[in-house]
Amino acid sequence: MPWTIVGTVPREDFPLVDGLCRFDGDTLCVENQRVRVRRGTPALLAAACISAESLGIGLPRAILVGDIGTGEGSKRLYQYLVDSMAFQKDHLVVFHYLQPDVDWHNRVLISIEDQRNRPLLIADAGYMYVAKMSGFAASYDLFTPDIGEMAFLADESAPHPFYTRGFLLHNEHEVPRLIARAYRSHNAATYLLVKGQCDYVASSEGVMATICEPSTPHMEPIGGTGDTLTGIVAALIEAGNDVGTAAQDGAKTNRLMGAIYQPSPASSVAELLSALPQALKAIGALKKNDNVKHPELPSASL
Amino acid sequence: MSLLKKLRDRLAKSGEYPARASDSASGKGLLLFEHTSDVIRAENCLKKAGLDVKVKGPPPEIRTGCDLAIEFPIILQMRVVEVLGEQDIVPLKVVSLKDVLIEPVSLYHVKDFGEYVMVRAANMKITLRKADRIIVNISGGGCPDVPYLAEQLVGKSLEEAPAPRTIGQTLCGYALQLAYEELLRICPGR
Repeated sequence: MPWTIVGTVPREDFPLVDGLCRFDGDTLCVENQRVRVRRGTPALLAAACISAESLGIGLPRAILVGDIGTGEGSKRLYQYLVDSMAFQKDHLVVFHYLQPDVDWHNRVLISIEDQRNRPLLIADAGYMYVAKMSGFAASYDLFTPDIGEMAFLADESAPHPFYTRGFLLHNEHEVPRLIARAYRSHNAATYLLVKGQCDYVASSEGVMATICEPSTPHMEPIGGTGDTLTGIVAALIEAGNDVGTAAQDGAKTNRLMGAIYQPSPASSVAELLSALPQALKAIGALKKNDNVKHPELPSASL
Repeated sequence: MSLLKKLRDRLAKSGEYPARASDSASGKGLLLFEHTSDVIRAENCLKKAGLDVKVKGPPPEIRTGCDLAIEFPIILQMRVVEVLGEQDIVPLKVVSLKDVLIEPVSLYHVKDFGEYVMVRAANMKITLRKADRIIVNISGGGCPDVPYLAEQLVGKSLEEAPAPRTIGQTLCGYALQLAYEELLRICPGR
């Protein structure tokens, strides 16, 4: 089944492209455009492509546009999504770095709700912000906030993480409370994957899983490690896992990727991605052994 | 009510920004702009002119998306508009407000990694290598200027790198500016 990733590239001259995405180990290729992988949507796509290859599923389709923050590219992309009814055949759609715009978000959501077969919807980054701002967070199947963004989801009056009120502390031990508060005010997707020192997978029923190992604190400063997690989870869903299971396995895989690579705070996400195939292989092997509750570091030979 | 109906009702109302009743007793005015980048330019030039202004979140009824607005003493409205006019900056709207403004985050989180230090403000993080003061990573955020800002800042020293406010466009860019200023404060140059 086709799956689609929608986002932006930080270049003013990058045209709107819509096509299958390939990753050659360094550069993404969509239609005749090439993009270096540093962070953001290109990092998500690279992780999705690597995961797709490892899992034996089809490559993702990418709909991308250049936007350096003016919102001009994002507007063209929103218009394209509505005009072309872009997701008619999709099983899964991931929305990522787009300039938040409530009106355009709602138009896109209407076009999806009008479809006969509604795809699964993941929102991360700017699109998660606008999904919450719109009041239609519950229309999404998965949000992937970090702890600051989780506080934003929990704050029913905040229009952006920048305005999260101070009493909603951005502390790790507050995460279950923030999750419960977000669900109470209908500002959460069906599932949440909260990225942090420990990763939390939750639904309206509460926290389903807490994943704390392996721990690589140097991953936190590296731009793009949240993007890779979303790309991995999307591929796991596309491979046939339910959203909650994919979120848990994705969190373990992303952590294992860091543990294998052992980055410094100055490492890039492109470097980390070189360890993703090994991490996916190790998780696959561990999943076959029911006695292993948490993934451990693969042996030195891996 | 079905989701589609709710959505359509909401869309039908979009574009209406109900005027809040003016309240001169509040003593505060609010400048609204079309783009967040205009807010950042306006704040710079009003502060240079010595005016007491603050960046705030607009109240929900006049919010259009990922907005910023500038709070100013309403009594100085003429001066504010004049200063902006000298720089060809024209606000979309000037309104008087009661206490409906939302405060931006004011807490910073600093994490020391030994050779590196990371500062987080709201959803944005910036990491510096202490020895040579090179910005080695920028993470967090969700607006499309974040990857662009990262490309412009990472690999440069604090002295060489452009301040995020000079090239950023969004609230994420503004949060990065706050983290950058905190980094300058805790790691002053020699």
